[in-house]
Amino acid sequence: MAASNSKERGAAIDIKAATKRYGKFTALDDVSLHIEPGEFMTLLGPSGSGKTTTLNVVAGFTDLTSGDLAVGGKSIVALPAHKRNIGVVFQHYALFPHMTVGKNVAYPLALRGMDKQARDRHVARALDMVKMADFAHRYPAELSGGQQQRVALARAIVFDPPLLLMDEPLGALDKKLREWLQLEIKRIHRELGTTFVYVTHDQEEALVLSDRIAVFNQGRIEQVGTGRQLYDEPATLFVAKFIGESTSLRGDAQTSGGETSLTIAGQKVVAGGKLASGQKPVVLLRPEKLSLARTNTPPAAGQNSLTGHVSEAIYLGSGSKYQVTLGDGSVAIVRATLEATPFSIGDRVDLRWSVVDAKLLADDDRADMTMT
Amino acid sequence: MRLAPFRILLGLFCLLVAVWLVMPTLVIIPMSFNEKKSLAFPPSGFSWQWYENFFTNPDWLTSFFNSLRVAGLVAVAATLIGTLAALGLSRMKHSGAGLLRAILITPMIVPGVVLAIGIYAVYLDYHLVGTTTGFVIAHTMLAIPFVIIAVSASLEVFDVRLETAAASLGADRFTAFRTVTLPLIAPGILSGLLFAFVTSFDEIIIALFITSPYLKTLPVQIFTSITRDADPTVTAVGTIIFIATTLVISAGLIISSKSTRG
Repeated sequence: MAASNSKERGAAIDIKAATKRYGKFTALDDVSLHIEPGEFMTLLGPSGSGKTTTLNVVAGFTDLTSGDLAVGGKSIVALPAHKRNIGVVFQHYALFPHMTVGKNVAYPLALRGMDKQARDRHVARALDMVKMADFAHRYPAELSGGQQQRVALARAIVFDPPLLLMDEPLGALDKKLREWLQLEIKRIHRELGTTFVYVTHDQEEALVLSDRIAVFNQGRIEQVGTGRQLYDEPATLFVAKFIGESTSLRGDAQTSGGETSLTIAGQKVVAGGKLASGQKPVVLLRPEKLSLARTNTPPAAGQNSLTGHVSEAIYLGSGSKYQVTLGDGSVAIVRATLEATPFSIGDRVDLRWSVVDAKLLADDDRADMTMT
Repeated sequence: MRLAPFRILLGLFCLLVAVWLVMPTLVIIPMSFNEKKSLAFPPSGFSWQWYENFFTNPDWLTSFFNSLRVAGLVAVAATLIGTLAALGLSRMKHSGAGLLRAILITPMIVPGVVLAIGIYAVYLDYHLVGTTTGFVIAHTMLAIPFVIIAVSASLEVFDVRLETAAASLGADRFTAFRTVTLPLIAPGILSGLLFAFVTSFDEIIIALFITSPYLKTLPVQIFTSITRDADPTVTAVGTIIFIATTLVISAGLIISSKSTRG
């Protein structure tokens, strides 16, 4: 498969103002999302956030209350699932237990009236791609979970759909197998050039796999962006807390000029930017942007400093991780390099960071409920 | 060791119950080879004459084929209706499903005599007494609950999400049913079919009410024969039916146990 035609194999997806209500409950609230042809898009969010509903709407398993949905520029809202020509991989594999692996993978081809010879060729190629060529005559019950999911993947791509949907496909597998299959899925995406839409609640998995990630919360999309954008420039506190580790600081806020300052347990820290009036500011810090220093050393220019004590110290091999309890009782997470001065539990330390590394966000109590 | 006498007593009791349960069935086998025209037990001598009589006497053969025809039609009708009913019930989401299921099972619970009186009264008006149609309608009603129970058991272990998967691969609802659902619930349907057949084949209460000299089923023929003249042919017939139904029911049980194992 040449790289030049790989873009043509995938279709663009346009979800426009999609809303789904079940009685009074709104599962999807005016969601719009554009996915590029051949892109690997992950829908990330906690359970009940609307990510799986979105996938089911695209697959045709769930009808929209209002809104539109187009694949390759054509609206497919009115098409039933079996006419959409979209591959779907389920968390529960959904292999047909009365058919062999080969028959399972040939199933969509037989439905499309493909003759036996061409069918065999396509099945062999698809099983080859997922490295299950030797298992064509086995029944699903004779395979492990990981093997079953690879067969399910082969079955979903064998008819060359322009779009592949995956609903937490690795959710039922153990961590090691999951990590290996993530790389396999990445490779298959690269080789096929098909548009992939992947649903998960695992932010690490989303970061490993995706070109872009759409973060869902309470039926809405909070932010869409690359993993780096979501980590470095989170639009909301929810996104910041859902992707990666972070420390959030709250205190009495004052704004002057283009700066906001917070007073935390008597100490003042500043952050660039300011929020709209009525919003309560939170200063968000990533663990690797923080450093620890002895309390008797002065902070460098442009650095903020807060005093606290080390409440946990963990050696990780590649560095160390600390928890620092601050004067107001909040806990900061710090990642230190091997070269940094080591501290132990109970030490009084200064938590320091550059003003430019702090991110000012609006406080949101929904963000705390989502930690898993 | 102290428990030994108790264990022996328990063993004897179990043996007694077992003998009690199978004795009436086993008694007819030696009796069917009786030399004399008598139903006295124990039989004396050995002969095949009662089997010979069954296969040569037109009264016996006609009623046998009547039963076979009725039971065959009942098996097909009850399986069709019962399977569709079980499918419908399994897809019903609201609480009405439980009530509907209870209603569909009632022919199994209502005493046969009560049903027989009702059926007889209605059949007189509609001239269905002594007709194949009449027998098939009445027996199908009795057999439907067996099919519903057997097919529902299969559907309970059937993963409906497989139909969703089939749809995503391009199968419309009927194709998905034919290629995925049907093969997976087939054991339940087959065992329902066998139970339906047997239910009709040995039904006697309703049959006694709606029979006529022109249409007798085998159980009716046995009953009239044994009450009119003590003809030992009934023991030969009983033995044949016993062996045949044992085979059919065992097949049904084996099939349905395989299906629930998945």
